[in-house]
Amino acid sequence: MTHLDREFLQRDRGVHPPAFTPDYKTSVLRSPRRAMISLQSSLSEVTGPAFGHGELGPLDNDLILNYAREGEPIGERAFVHGHVRDENGRGIPDTLVEFWQANAGGRYRHRNDRYLAPIDPNFGGCGRTLTDADGYYYFRTIKPGPYPWRNFLNSWRPAHIHFSVFGSGFAQRLITQMYFEGDPLIWRDPMVLGIPDRAAAERLIAPLDLAAAIPLDMLAYQFDIVLRGRQQTLFENKLQGN
Amino acid sequence: MVQPLPARLHETPSQTAGPYVHIGLIPHQAGFDIFETNFSNVLVGPGTQGERIRVEGRVLDGAGAPVRDVLVEIWQANAAGRYNHPADRQEGKPVDETFRGWGRAGSDFETGLWFFETVKPGPVEGRKGHRPMAPHINFWIAARGINIGLQTRLYFADEAEANANDPVLNLVERGQQRDSLIAAREDRGGTPTYVLDIHLQGPRETVFFDV
Repeated sequence: MTHLDREFLQRDRGVHPPAFTPDYKTSVLRSPRRAMISLQSSLSEVTGPAFGHGELGPLDNDLILNYAREGEPIGERAFVHGHVRDENGRGIPDTLVEFWQANAGGRYRHRNDRYLAPIDPNFGGCGRTLTDADGYYYFRTIKPGPYPWRNFLNSWRPAHIHFSVFGSGFAQRLITQMYFEGDPLIWRDPMVLGIPDRAAAERLIAPLDLAAAIPLDMLAYQFDIVLRGRQQTLFENKLQGN
Repeated sequence: MVQPLPARLHETPSQTAGPYVHIGLIPHQAGFDIFETNFSNVLVGPGTQGERIRVEGRVLDGAGAPVRDVLVEIWQANAAGRYNHPADRQEGKPVDETFRGWGRAGSDFETGLWFFETVKPGPVEGRKGHRPMAPHINFWIAARGINIGLQTRLYFADEAEANANDPVLNLVERGQQRDSLIAAREDRGGTPTYVLDIHLQGPRETVFFDV
């Protein structure tokens, strides 16, 4: 018996943006209006996909080199690192962390992005890694630039990196965004402001981590990610068959 | 006074996947190739056991328009009804090493159609004291405008008896909402295809689960 058998704690929806956040206009037609049905965990929720080291390439977590063609990308070199833990504080080992972002000028390498800032020929903008036995991950990248978008007339996203994380059960699946300490656009952003709890929103802001910076090379930011925890008790709630 | 309970951490808040989710999760669809191995919407390999099926549909917004930038992920048991995960120790149901049980698809930028090539899952045991769950596929949906990933399930229209006894479907009170989870089977002369449109909002709104 391992902790992987245990059911998930109820998700605290108060730390997440609700579906309907009208200042983020696209949410208006894409938000369900009926109440969700709460499901206690079955095997379908406590289990989830596993990924292996053999599926990743050696440069998959190095955005400075993984799309380098004629040289290295332009921009602020940055080391991003942190732990993936659950709400019980347990590091989540061997879990897939994926990330994507714009280049230093705020331009995405995506067929639908037509922002006038240019593509960087040496920057793809995506990477992935598996956490180690303690739940630790890291990658090298270029700090992304802010980016204008059609929401209000003059809307700009703060510099951000998108993260996708799996955990050990499919009910932990999470996509989020990391912001950078000190960015004045953060508290003007309807996606950040859609989070009802200010303290929760602050947990998306990665502090500058000078202790992890590499002298004469790159600055560092620490971004810890917390996924849902599992119940501590196995008694009445155990799943059939265990 | 009492002993303080140990402090728990709080889950990291969700944020939308945004319109360019493909860059990170399906880079080929964004317009470039970068990784040697890529995750995809094909869950089966040559040796995978079970009935090959195609599952397809669209995600529709509150105005009935297809969501053309949606990311859909599925998680399912194998043909024997077993998940490829250490917490699944159902007796008598073998793990199929060729079947991870997970896949991801981006909807077509023009039509909004997404699809998976997989096998039909077997029934999985329910919670303690409950009946077995009818064959189903777990869905997780992310897109621009969706602030937190939406969870739902797909059941199969040709499993009427199992569906009638399914402990999760029986939590859904009104008949019409229950139908929002059941995919129709179409025979197009090749692989059997199950079709399910997911309605984010409105009179035909799909049932979503807080799991």
